[in-house]
Amino acid sequence: MSIVVESVRIVARSRAALLGALAVASALLAPAAQAQLDITITEGRERAVSIAVVPFGWQGAGPPALDFAGVIGNDLGSSGRFAPLATADLVSRPTQASQINFQQWRVLDADYLVIGQLSAEGADSFRAAFQLFDVLRGEQIAADTRAGIVRADLRDTAHRFADLIFQTVTGIPGVFRTQVAYVSEERRPDGSRLFRLIVSDADGENAQRVAESPQPILSPAWSPDARRLAYVSFESGNSGVYVQTLRTGARERVSARAGVNSSPAFSPDGRMLTLTLSRDSGNLDINTLDLTTQVLRQLTTDAAIDTEAVWAGDGRSIYFTSDRAGGPQIYRVGTEPGSRAQRITFTGVYNARPRVSPDGKLIAVVHGQDNRYRIATVEIEGGRVDILTNGRLDESPSFAPNGAQIIYGTRENNRGVLASVTTDGRVHTRIAAVAGNVLEPVWGPFPRE
Amino acid sequence: MKSSVLMLLTLSAFSLAGCMRDNTLPEGANGDVGPDPGATTSALGAGGNSGASVTAAEAERIRLMSLLVVYFDYDQADIRPEFSAQLQAHGQFLAQNANAALRLEGHADERGSREYNIGLGERRAQAVRRVLMLQGAQATQLTTVSYGEERPAQTGTDEESWRLNRRVELSYR
Repeated sequence: MSIVVESVRIVARSRAALLGALAVASALLAPAAQAQLDITITEGRERAVSIAVVPFGWQGAGPPALDFAGVIGNDLGSSGRFAPLATADLVSRPTQASQINFQQWRVLDADYLVIGQLSAEGADSFRAAFQLFDVLRGEQIAADTRAGIVRADLRDTAHRFADLIFQTVTGIPGVFRTQVAYVSEERRPDGSRLFRLIVSDADGENAQRVAESPQPILSPAWSPDARRLAYVSFESGNSGVYVQTLRTGARERVSARAGVNSSPAFSPDGRMLTLTLSRDSGNLDINTLDLTTQVLRQLTTDAAIDTEAVWAGDGRSIYFTSDRAGGPQIYRVGTEPGSRAQRITFTGVYNARPRVSPDGKLIAVVHGQDNRYRIATVEIEGGRVDILTNGRLDESPSFAPNGAQIIYGTRENNRGVLASVTTDGRVHTRIAAVAGNVLEPVWGPFPRE
Repeated sequence: MKSSVLMLLTLSAFSLAGCMRDNTLPEGANGDVGPDPGATTSALGAGGNSGASVTAAEAERIRLMSLLVVYFDYDQADIRPEFSAQLQAHGQFLAQNANAALRLEGHADERGSREYNIGLGERRAQAVRRVLMLQGAQATQLTTVSYGEERPAQTGTDEESWRLNRRVELSYR
């Protein structure tokens, strides 16, 4: 994966090192390496916080086991809230606090400074530490040290450090240790298509192929413990809903009824799925399926298309799309029997595909207007609509678990690409696959430990 | 490209000729079928016995049976009047041939949300199903599948491509 930042200088020299390491690493990856991702900040860097991330000191044989500053700089830059200085612009390379001359960094307009140390302690054991400084005050404001790290965990450690830096400066938890799931579609020269469901780190690294089919795959959904993915596959000739355990690859087909089987979503306790089924009636309705008891309960009975259900954080109500009022709008219904659906969106003729923000205050939707489909947030109390994106065929919005960003699918030059926008609409990022189309992104939850 | 739709028509017409040979069409349903494309003509000519004549009504019915796609307006599942005769022919055929089975594959254009588009595809397939049953087709002869926007006939991002993607395809099993 390569990272290109258009309007901001980024760690040039360490980026080259990072790309070199990636070139080797990608040759060893599972076939999902073809869905390598390019991340580009396209808009909105003016308000980003200026930060200097200095290459870590290294004690060990050969080149550094990992370019910590490169990973941290990429993470912070990709969030849109930070503008890391290019390595070439770093006025000096301190690796200990005693070596820092804060005045030098003030001249560069760096608000924050990160230094660190990496050392080899044994055959496969490393020690890593960082310190974060407020340049203006000349004070350390965060630090962390980890020892006994195996080589395979070094990247995750760098993401941990980036999370802590992010949270210290912004007050918001970082999402650099999370994963995303998405579908990649490749069109072969003979006209056939190959669909893959892929899980990767939030920065596009470590892409793993979860499922593959010549028939469409769509609507991936994470279990709250990040251990399973539910998804829709047409591999049997009709739509079916599958739940797959990521660590083992084992999967179960949970719904293969006549008609439509689609739009799975896990309940907050991970025990139930909402499903859209049409069964014999041909009318799409929301159902809940208890994954343990297999008890199926129908939640909507309207003659309209009722689909795209997701759970509220307290598990007591469900948001969904219905066109019972003529065109698609968002509704909410309680999970207890007898609950009546209430309409939530009243602005615009097309609001579909709801996703609830982690704080429960907003839903992200596909908002259609004048033949343009864009991502908008809608305040659940109050109904205010804010259009965040500026494509024409934007779809599949998904909140990061810190609520600060929304990843979504869009088109560029007739290719499916992923993009993200900060929830305040200010910073835009485009994430394109090196080859083929990528679509249907879903941001995974915070990791458990 | 429209070629994929035409190819579908041709291939389906071939298999249709297979079904029909055993049933109600008189021997000699050959190339002399009126003003329609050569694709259909050659398909039916394969098994025919040249020399026998076909009534104009029968020729029209054969032509209608070769039409295997129904198109829809944006966000609509209403059957437009121009498809009534075609569906009437298929419905009557199913009513008269209890062994015939038809799969109705519903599709939508790419705009908007994917899962909602699965819903639109199913609604369209169901609309065609209802019309066929009104003509006497049995429920057991008809299966519906929706692909939403996932299997477009055209990959362009323009009105014409979208128009050709809003469809139900009739596929005899």
